[in-house]
Amino acid sequence: MTVGAPAKWGLRTLGLGYLALLLLAPVAMIFYKTFEHGIGPPLEAMTSSDAVHAIWLTLLMVAVAVPLNTVFGVGCALLLVRHRWKGNAVIDGIINLPFAISPVVIGLSLFLLYGSGGWFGPTLAEWGIEVLFSTPGMILASIFVSLPFVVRETVPVLQEIGTEQEQAASTLGASAWQTFWRVTLPAIRWGVAYGVVLTTARVLGEFGAVTIVSGSISGKTETLPLYVAKSFEQFNEQAAYAGAIVLALLAFTTLLLMSVGGRRAKSQSQTNPAGGT
Amino acid sequence: MESHPATLPAPHRAGVRLPGAGVGLGRGMVTLYLSLIVLLPLAAVLDESLSGGIGAFWSAVTTSQSIAALKLTVICSLIVVAINAFFGTVIAWVLVRDEFPGKGAVNALIDLPFALPTIVAGLTLLTLYGADSPIGVDVAFTRTAVIVALCFVTLPFVTRAVQPLLLELDREMEEAAASLGAGGFTIFRRIILPNLLPGILAGVMLAFARALGEFGSLVLISGNIPFKTEVSSVFIRSQIESGNVSGAAAVSVVLLAISLLLLVAVGLVVRFGMKQRKEAA
Repeated sequence: MTVGAPAKWGLRTLGLGYLALLLLAPVAMIFYKTFEHGIGPPLEAMTSSDAVHAIWLTLLMVAVAVPLNTVFGVGCALLLVRHRWKGNAVIDGIINLPFAISPVVIGLSLFLLYGSGGWFGPTLAEWGIEVLFSTPGMILASIFVSLPFVVRETVPVLQEIGTEQEQAASTLGASAWQTFWRVTLPAIRWGVAYGVVLTTARVLGEFGAVTIVSGSISGKTETLPLYVAKSFEQFNEQAAYAGAIVLALLAFTTLLLMSVGGRRAKSQSQTNPAGGT
Repeated sequence: MESHPATLPAPHRAGVRLPGAGVGLGRGMVTLYLSLIVLLPLAAVLDESLSGGIGAFWSAVTTSQSIAALKLTVICSLIVVAINAFFGTVIAWVLVRDEFPGKGAVNALIDLPFALPTIVAGLTLLTLYGADSPIGVDVAFTRTAVIVALCFVTLPFVTRAVQPLLLELDREMEEAAASLGAGGFTIFRRIILPNLLPGILAGVMLAFARALGEFGSLVLISGNIPFKTEVSSVFIRSQIESGNVSGAAAVSVVLLAISLLLLVAVGLVVRFGMKQRKEAA
């Protein structure tokens, strides 16, 4: 559409202005607030023992939840795309559930399962396993909220690469396992990587579900997002801002990886000679 | 390669396939994982919500505080998706049809609400639009704050759903309309908007589902004042904390039901949009 110059400038101002007011200005403001008095105060806040523990625990969530959901995601995508089955539609629906559920409800669901009056809670307590208000419960919450990403990013890439190269490999005598590692995985790697980035970002930042199951005990069950919220509520704003900046920087890294990974995934599926079979 | 695979009888026509027993095992493991992680916990919520019978469920959902929270959640979400339907489409248009320096960076920035932890989103909004606002705009602990926070977290949905449709849109149609004397607004209303509508609708419904359940970005900025700024997710948390777990579960089931209906609707809209495009092609 050839719009006139005034309309063009109007739309541009409207769109970019909205983005500036809603996204850019608040984020710039928190950077300013954090470094208002130099780099000393935020650095000091982030090296306190509670903050260090929160960072460590957050990384532990990522280290457990992301690999599990990645292995599950790739395996599940292969089953959904390559093996027709009546149950596939049901599995597909269940995989999308975590996106439709409030994080608080996810937290409540784990609370009801593993709490002292829950389905599994009493039995596990007898065995000496503590899930709620401790690390396992928080890991379960992280896995739940970030479950769909790898499957959803891998399925379309798997559909697009088709099966010609895999057929060629197996014709030449490769086993299914060899074909997967040498042909399939290299072809879908950017789609998987994109899903892994999204999963990591979600686990790093999860607040609602984790806050319900963790009890938010400082130095014990407090991840970085919980540390930010608690610091702010206790009027320790400097610590809250510093924690927020760490998370924001991780988010910007995620954005960078997303725009690179997204582009790679796209160009890969377009240039792949086996596409469209 | 010596021979073209297509000339040979292909032993594995469908590419990487697990042997028969492997497929069963794989399906079993996927089902087990999904059951343990997703289904069992949700079943526990449903069970708890009905633990006192259907009457108790109903009275838990219809207390004045939970009704107020549900109403606020739905109304704010509706306002927010209306705002983002408009601005999201404008932003998509600017990103696809306009040229300006820094466009790539702006395009990447759109995903910031997906990447930024929700608690950080709430805190950043509070520093600019809270009590210490340097520009004198203090909306903290008001319903406006709820709307602003929800606008932030749902921003990408409409833009990301509309962008691909706008890229695919055939410019010849618009040029033909223009040569027949249609003005800019007529072209937008008669040609562009109808083509973008499936994308806008899909984006709106995803944004609505997200807004209904949003929690992290609201806890700091909304103040969580019952009957005023307390949305359903915050209400559920306060009920858990005060020991009314079955009440929390009942409201959770209502939220879940609304979101599920929406997701089914999104599926239908997407399928309808694809069918329409296929017919047009």
